Amino acid sequence: MTSARDARQAIVPELDARHRHLAAFVLFVAPNFLALALFSYWPLVRNVYLSFTYWDMIAPSPVWIGASNWIDVFTSKPFWRISGNTLTFTVVSVGVTMALALAAALLLNQKLLGRDLVRAVLFAPAILPGSAVALVWTFLLAPNYGFVSQLAAPLGLPSIRWLTDPAWAMPAVLLVVIWRRVGYDAVIFIAGLQGISKELYEAARVDGANAWQRFRHVTLPGLAPVSFFLLVTAILASFQSFDVIRVMTSGGPVIATTTLIYQVYQEAFVAFNAGRAAVYATILFLLMLSLTAIQVRLVERRVTYE
Amino acid sequence: MNSPAFAFTPRARDTQAGRRWRPSTRPIATTGAYLGLACALLAVGLPTWWIIVGALKTTNEIYLVPSTWTPRDPQWRNFLAAWHAAPFFAMFVNSLAVTVAGTVAKLANAIFCAYAFAFIPIPGRNVAFFFVLGALMIPEEVTILPNYLTVAALGYVNTVPGLVLPTIGSAFATFFLRQAFLSLPREVIDAAKVDGAGHLATLWHVVLPLARPVLATLVLLTAVARWNDFLWPLVATSRATTRTLPVGVYFLYSQEGTAQWGVVLAGTIIVIVPILALFLVVQRHLVEGIASGAVKG
Repeated sequence: MTSARDARQAIVPELDARHRHLAAFVLFVAPNFLALALFSYWPLVRNVYLSFTYWDMIAPSPVWIGASNWIDVFTSKPFWRISGNTLTFTVVSVGVTMALALAAALLLNQKLLGRDLVRAVLFAPAILPGSAVALVWTFLLAPNYGFVSQLAAPLGLPSIRWLTDPAWAMPAVLLVVIWRRVGYDAVIFIAGLQGISKELYEAARVDGANAWQRFRHVTLPGLAPVSFFLLVTAILASFQSFDVIRVMTSGGPVIATTTLIYQVYQEAFVAFNAGRAAVYATILFLLMLSLTAIQVRLVERRVTYE
Repeated sequence: MNSPAFAFTPRARDTQAGRRWRPSTRPIATTGAYLGLACALLAVGLPTWWIIVGALKTTNEIYLVPSTWTPRDPQWRNFLAAWHAAPFFAMFVNSLAVTVAGTVAKLANAIFCAYAFAFIPIPGRNVAFFFVLGALMIPEEVTILPNYLTVAALGYVNTVPGLVLPTIGSAFATFFLRQAFLSLPREVIDAAKVDGAGHLATLWHVVLPLARPVLATLVLLTAVARWNDFLWPLVATSRATTRTLPVGVYFLYSQEGTAQWGVVLAGTIIVIVPILALFLVVQRHLVEGIASGAVKG
């Protein structure tokens, strides 16, 4: 009996502390959880509902039309073109940016005069407003009198109508997106390079590895964690690229530079078709979700067990 | 969280093969490296010069082919014309308000939330953290239409609260801060607890001062993101005087168009200069903060 009472006395303050902990926890996380619930999670649910309705956002309420929007979208030609555009945009922008950034990082990681200046100069475009960068490049890419045309003219290259030629609009947008991001990725690669232990290079040297072998077997594996981080953030960022496309091409000519995110905007705020916009938003979300899942799986295997 | 990606330690393998290492031909390598540096510098520098010069040209000179690399007669009045062509002062104030309010609200949310997940032991905490992690995968862009409907229903279109509200939930900063908090020396926080400090006191007097470098980075990153934000301010405003700078300068371009490039470029420079000035001041810290965040995960 006595031992049971002792035990209870010991437990009661502990329970009390636990309740206090719980109260503090709830109080601390509540504002953030509320904001995330209201402005991140609830929109997902609402998108799904809206995707089964027709609504011009002027009528008092959406009208339920079943799966019509989904069928319309999947059987429409633009959808496949837009998906293709998104794929091109993501693969090229992420791939080229990371390759250039790695090269820049290898360069800037050496003891060279003025490398801090170059690093800062390369990085600067990443912190400027995308719309301002896009405006500036609209000017630089202008046919005939533009910067790029003026550089190309002496080389005998034809003047390209970058933003109005359906074949060149996507490369033009990609150029700007890549130009803007290389410095950011490079800075992260540099940090990754500096995180690789010097002893590994020494050991490789002692073992007789040449420069390429050291790069292949010390640098690249050493950069794997950072590359993973960059890959994830770059793919997510590419799906979210809106400002550059909006300013430079408005998704055109026709739909040559319309990506999924651009189409969400187009359907919602230009065509005022909430249902269709919701379909595209939901597709975009599912795509990002599955990509992230696949990526995490893949990278876990490669990085951990290689 | 503790992704194995970041726990990886590189190993050198297959290094027995190959001959003895001998010094490479340094002069060529060095020349190549400096050529590379020069290329990088030009890739940013030349376009920048072209823009500055363009902003100082008359429309006639802009359309001149071949182009001039310096303005014949610098048109400083382009800047004045730009300033009057759009309500820059109002837009600047809007941008500032959105940036300050948005950054403070978001980081306050992140700090409290991250503290709770790092230091308040309750059962099921790790499961609850999936609510934050999940939100990492929901980009602002996907939520744009429903959030517009919500903000419109609240009557907040064309207002600063409307511009700020949908952005205050924090997934990334919470995640990032929790990692930072967990890496703080455990003994210091436990000592504060033993001394009888409550959670608020521990957060304010112990955790935040220790996490100051990470916080500074997050403040910068969040502020830059808010300042540069384009899609949401584009959607949530419909009047020139309620727009932010990035959106306003785009409308300046769509009004003036290519017939007034000098003025449009001058306006763009007005938008770029404040953030560039800030960047020059905090450059080293920002770059190092981003880098260390990425490496530590």
